[in-house]
Amino acid sequence: MDTGFLLILIMATAFGASPVPLLLQRMGRSSSALSAASVMAICLALLIPLISPVMEGMTIVASYPWLPDWGLALAFRLDGLSLLFCLLIFGIGLLVTLYAYYYLPETDTLGRFYTLLLLFMAAMLGVVLSENLLMMVMFWEITSLSSFLLIGYNHHQYESRLAARIALAVTGGGGLALFAGVLLLGHIAGSFELSTLLGEGDRIRNHGLYAPMLILILLGVFTKSAQFPFHFWLPQAMAAPTPVSSYLHSATMVKAGVFLLARLYPVLADSDLWFWLVSGTGAVTLVYAAYLAFYRYDFKGLLAYSTISHLGLITLLLGLNTKLSVVAAVFHIINHAIFKASLFMAAGIVDHECGTRDMRRVNGLFKFMPITATLAIVAAGSMAGVPLLNGFLSKEMFFAETVGHPFFEEISWLLPAFATVAGMLAVAYSARFIHDVFFNGDPVDLPRQPHEPPRWMRAPVEVLVLLCLLVGIFPQWSVAPLLNVAASAVLQDVLPEYQLAVWHGFSAPFVMSLVAMAGGIVLYAMRRYLYAIYDHLPSVHTAIVFERFHNVLAAFAARVTNIMDNLSLQRYLSLFIAFALIYGGWAWFFAPATLLSTQTQPADLTGLGALTTLLLSTLGVVLLHRKQRLTAIVFTGVAGLVVALTFIRFSAPDLALTQLAVEVVTIVLMLLALYYLPQTSPREDSVPRLMRDATLAIAAGAGLGAVTFAMLASPFETISGFYLDQSISGGGGANVVNVILVDFRGFDTLGEITVLAMVGLAAHALLDRLVLAKPVSDANGYRWADEKHPLLLEMLMRPLLPLALAVSLFIFLRGHNLPGGGFVAGLITGVALILQYLGVGINFAQARVPQRLPVLLATGLACAFGIGVASWIFGYPYLTTTHSHVHLPLIGDIELASALVFDLGVYIVVVCVVLMVLAGLGRLSESSSLATGGEN
Amino acid sequence: MEALLASAIGMLAACGVFLLLRARTFPVILGLTMLSYAVNLFLFVSGRLVFNAPPLLRNYERYADPLPQALVLTAIVIGFGMTAYLIMLSLRALSESGDDHVDAKEKS
Repeated sequence: MDTGFLLILIMATAFGASPVPLLLQRMGRSSSALSAASVMAICLALLIPLISPVMEGMTIVASYPWLPDWGLALAFRLDGLSLLFCLLIFGIGLLVTLYAYYYLPETDTLGRFYTLLLLFMAAMLGVVLSENLLMMVMFWEITSLSSFLLIGYNHHQYESRLAARIALAVTGGGGLALFAGVLLLGHIAGSFELSTLLGEGDRIRNHGLYAPMLILILLGVFTKSAQFPFHFWLPQAMAAPTPVSSYLHSATMVKAGVFLLARLYPVLADSDLWFWLVSGTGAVTLVYAAYLAFYRYDFKGLLAYSTISHLGLITLLLGLNTKLSVVAAVFHIINHAIFKASLFMAAGIVDHECGTRDMRRVNGLFKFMPITATLAIVAAGSMAGVPLLNGFLSKEMFFAETVGHPFFEEISWLLPAFATVAGMLAVAYSARFIHDVFFNGDPVDLPRQPHEPPRWMRAPVEVLVLLCLLVGIFPQWSVAPLLNVAASAVLQDVLPEYQLAVWHGFSAPFVMSLVAMAGGIVLYAMRRYLYAIYDHLPSVHTAIVFERFHNVLAAFAARVTNIMDNLSLQRYLSLFIAFALIYGGWAWFFAPATLLSTQTQPADLTGLGALTTLLLSTLGVVLLHRKQRLTAIVFTGVAGLVVALTFIRFSAPDLALTQLAVEVVTIVLMLLALYYLPQTSPREDSVPRLMRDATLAIAAGAGLGAVTFAMLASPFETISGFYLDQSISGGGGANVVNVILVDFRGFDTLGEITVLAMVGLAAHALLDRLVLAKPVSDANGYRWADEKHPLLLEMLMRPLLPLALAVSLFIFLRGHNLPGGGFVAGLITGVALILQYLGVGINFAQARVPQRLPVLLATGLACAFGIGVASWIFGYPYLTTTHSHVHLPLIGDIELASALVFDLGVYIVVVCVVLMVLAGLGRLSESSSLATGGEN
Repeated sequence: MEALLASAIGMLAACGVFLLLRARTFPVILGLTMLSYAVNLFLFVSGRLVFNAPPLLRNYERYADPLPQALVLTAIVIGFGMTAYLIMLSLRALSESGDDHVDAKEKS
């Protein structure tokens, strides 16, 4: 099988199978655990065939194009470094799965836990296997998210939720910076593929954008790997269940940051900026976190700070810019993952057995759990760097690299001295962990009686501690091959000569180790004095600072939102209009002055008359809308009629027809609504507000007027030539507007009638079971007439219906060649039916109108959709039309086009919507007459 | 003529905006209607002012631009839909809150 394909399969299995434990949790917690372990085992099994080629130095790349224009590919890469991380992810993942089964309470069905754990595992695999950096950033964010969910696993506890939020804010925010940095990197290098990037180091380092890009990427790295000053989220994250701390927050996820440093080492490293930023941050973190670890009372917190310190050590090594320091960094990644995961698990056992993590109470456990204690002591010895354990070897390499580092030739003692101090602190806190927890008197007031944990809960710790010894005693035999391929994958170069051995002779590093040991033990012996000093120092609780900062930010955001949108439509609209004016004015002001070039046409008396009418009617609406709503509606109608006349005057008969019909329907609708609405508006607008609104309105009017004039006075070239040429030959109609609607741009029209249908349905829903009080008298106090249907109107309306329907049929049929068509005909039919409601009464009309309007509406839409589909059957694109001549008596020669069916759909939809709105409102008068209270 | 059209559109827009900013539903409905008049006219005249040349193909020498007309025709109908929806909404709001203020809170 293709090796690249296996990588895809691993990723697909990991993501695809992550919900399985959740689905199986009904069958008991062991099924959840087993399924999680099986998923990991399957993924690991899929990886096994790839191990030997990679160990021989091959790099396996599987790449499938995805969005090539954006540089995004579905691309995975397996080389030594990613193999090392995959093994850590699977190995520790399996151990944690077993451990968590015993650690988490019996009442927990575990489905959610294992699913989140698998999700995290899949994302972490994605990070280390991605060949494409954009994709890696995406997986990076998923690890932050799953870490957030896992830290907040006990979401009923406030401190878990807070810790989860802090972790997400820090790592997620860093992820955004990383994203920006990766985009910059891709911009510089012209590719997001690692295979390309890794060979472009020199060009990238000499690019002008190198510094900002590096800083952004490092922000992502430092937040993820909890480097100073972003370290504070990690101790908080100890609120997570211990298996999570062991897996995510010591062995894998926090290593994602240093993984990325190693991954991009050939691209980014080897510059002074890299040296100062990376090794500087690493050094500060190394010592500062070790110092804090020494003062913890909570042993899990001690381990958390120690993790930060060790991550700082790895960062420092990667920043030193020598090849051997890179080897040491990779080696320490392995060693730290092993001993710290086992320490966390051991700490979890102690916590589990004692019910507390306070080292002032947890003492002398050696006699209660000797095996666990021995395991923990060995692992802690490795953390301190005791010989014959794996931690000693990488620490020794670190010491060796600090001696004679080329950067500090003048003050060559500085770096080794610093390293020795860091070593002392590590010994001190390790000693504290061992001595306080397992010796140092007797337990104080424990909630439970401690004893050895279940057999299989301890097994993962045993495995890991065995590895500590194995690597520590036989490094050449156990870890060397993996270390070699991983380190050469980081360097993308041949490795320098180095010796993995326990005994290097009586060299400088060994002396430094001895000094560190002795110093650390002295420090621990002096602990009482040191604690006394520490207690007098001011302390900063970063979580509290963070929370305060978060609250300030949230309050600020709320204030800004409140200014923009205080739940007042008026405020909101006026801001909206003001912004539109500012932008429009801006564009107007800075536009090139090439307007006003063609001649204009002279005004005539008709135009002046129309304008005057319009002026009067707009003024009328503005002045009368408060006290005389009915008159305001009439004036609105007048304005609408002037608009219709304008359409006729300027050669748009179709528009005029439509406008007239719409006008009638709208006015009727407004009158019906006005019946229920209050008859007047109270005087509530202050003068400043009126002034503000008037200013906005006049500015908007002047702006739109000016834009119109500028448009009308500038040269014009139509783009409609095609439609005019093709209308008869292609669409079979002489009315170009109609042909455009039902044929050329039929798809747009389809969209529009769909929107219209939605209005009809929304009206139907809004009117459903609506109860409104029925007023007794109008604004002037006159009683509404009791007589519902004046006889004269009734007599007039009945014969009018067939006539009106005939007219609408006529308008509909001729629409393709003469003004008319589905929209107009539908509106006319609607008006005719509404007139029946008004004139003859709802009972009469309802008997003559389809009752299930929504169904009819759907039929109309289906008609329009269906005719489009029909053209597929004949092998044409959607909505292709065909046409032929038919001669009808009285109407004459008509082009019978298949577009007519489409127009029929339009017609049905329009009729239905008009009826649903108006008849629905009319029915209201029937139903609410029952619920009449009369509001007066 | 162009200036007349421009001022007509400006007037309608000013009237529409002023009414949209009022506090009661009824003037907002009227304002939306007025504003859609203005916008429809604006779209329509982007095909320029052409007398006596409707886009009905006969043996004329020139025709008015049919494209803006087609756009405006649907715009008119959609505008009607908007107005209708707004009216239904204001009636529903009146029934839910007993008030025709645009920011009316639900009756508790």
